[in-house]
Amino acid sequence: MGINAQRRLGRLVTYALLLLGVGLVVAPFWYMVTTSFKPQSTIFEIPPQLWPQPATLNNYVAALDKDLFGLYFLNSLVVAITSTVLTVLASSLLAYAFARLEFPGREALFYIFLLGMMIPPVMLIIPQFIVAKSLQLLDSLLGLILVYVTMNLSMQTFLLRGFFESIPRDLEEAALIDGGSRWTIFWRIVLPLSRPGLAVVTIFTFLYSWDEFPWAHVAIKETTRRTLPIAIALFQSEHLTEWGQVFAASIVALVPVVIVFVVFQRYFIRGIATTGIKG
Amino acid sequence: MRSHRSLSRITTAALFVLPGLMLFALFIIGPMLYSFRMSFYDWKIIRPERSEWVELANYTRALGDPIFRRAVVNTLAYTAVTVPGQIVFGLGVAMLLDQRIRARSFFRVVYYLPVITSWVIVSLLFEYIFNGQAGLMNYLLRDVLHVIRENVRWLADPILAFVPIHLLGIWKGVGWTAVILLAGLQAIPEHLHEAAAVDGAGPLARFRYITLPLLRPTLVFLLVVLTIGGLNAYISFLLMTGGDPLDLTHSVLTLMYEATFTKLEFGYGSAISYFLTALVFAISILQIRLLRQKVEV
Repeated sequence: MGINAQRRLGRLVTYALLLLGVGLVVAPFWYMVTTSFKPQSTIFEIPPQLWPQPATLNNYVAALDKDLFGLYFLNSLVVAITSTVLTVLASSLLAYAFARLEFPGREALFYIFLLGMMIPPVMLIIPQFIVAKSLQLLDSLLGLILVYVTMNLSMQTFLLRGFFESIPRDLEEAALIDGGSRWTIFWRIVLPLSRPGLAVVTIFTFLYSWDEFPWAHVAIKETTRRTLPIAIALFQSEHLTEWGQVFAASIVALVPVVIVFVVFQRYFIRGIATTGIKG
Repeated sequence: MRSHRSLSRITTAALFVLPGLMLFALFIIGPMLYSFRMSFYDWKIIRPERSEWVELANYTRALGDPIFRRAVVNTLAYTAVTVPGQIVFGLGVAMLLDQRIRARSFFRVVYYLPVITSWVIVSLLFEYIFNGQAGLMNYLLRDVLHVIRENVRWLADPILAFVPIHLLGIWKGVGWTAVILLAGLQAIPEHLHEAAAVDGAGPLARFRYITLPLLRPTLVFLLVVLTIGGLNAYISFLLMTGGDPLDLTHSVLTLMYEATFTKLEFGYGSAISYFLTALVFAISILQIRLLRQKVEV
């Protein structure tokens, strides 16, 4: 076999394996999408239909109509957007202080924040529940938001500090000499120059807040305050066999995530690869 | 004058640090210390002042509790299966993508889809696929591959329930490990491979003597992050089995959840969470050791 033929064969094997992998990844999603279009009567049909016949939109209509689904979607949106904005603000302020300002106890404080990355989040749920209870933050979206911001703080501060440190000091020093305060430098120079870093923080915090389940599951008992992940999980446990509706609701919850991901894919991959942040 | 300046410097710093620091103290540091205290009490959530100091009783109770021990074994088994699984498949995908191929970003997006999908959705999806009566998996194994004769009731069996749970753990994580490993592979200078090829090293030898050693820092990093993730397994266990049957399929965290929020034993739940934290910290320290070693090599 000539070298060219060998190379072509190798390429063929590569594509075959990659497509096999795509099949394994996509098959469950395909099953989910088709199930969401099946009428209840064919949900447990053997063999399962790969292409729903007859297809119906009833599951979407029923799921969206039921249990205040629109409100849950709105709750998730409010929580995810507010958490993201506040996380970007709080962590960039912190990161700038750690990157450029001098104050007593800076090193010690930085290490304490790093510690935050090693603590298993679910372990904090019990005492956070008690704190939230005494501050009357249970059953409120604000309670979700404050905890989500805090849980993201360590990782995002660490990430942004790296970005801020790579900005040339000369720029900032020139502005200082011209009489600019740290505050204006931060807003006018540092933040605009760190857009890629801020994009990474934005995407990750949004996805985290949109998908978060354990804390919301504990903190929210009031029906009208549910976010999508707990609404979907509870919906399934209340309507055990109505998988069509469960997946219709899941797909509606999944669409914003996929859009954000596909649009910001470049930042996303770079962010993961350079920081090792867990998506 | 000088003290005035340093005072204003501290005021500026405080403006930057305080918002984050307050949140951190309120929702992380404070809670950590508080739950440490709770773990030594028979904690009464309704009337905390009536809580009883029980020394180490919550900890010794966990150690003697067969359900807790079973949960530890389940969690360790989950970690032992899913961590190597994610690394091996992730490395495979990364090496396939680290070639001159078309549509690389298409493949990357597809492989990453499970990573961005919430644990709630994929857990329910796998529960449906592994449904005991008419799930897709039973159909494939019975009617297509003829491996089984009867439908398997996956999630009702204390051992077989881990098949979907472990598969999900690997399936969901491969995309992430592949992206990290791909970055690691692309950092290996091309000329090393070329030089080795000129010296007559085949693909296997190059993998063994160039790729693996140079990928070591990335692999160590993955090993640690994935292990911590595995020990924290929670949502998939909770939604797929919830500990059933007979509390045999708990993970450490689902057991903690049940003890705390179903049985309202806050002290016991806190002790369980501290056992887990201790384990995670021990592994983090091991990571730092391993990473230091790498520098000397």
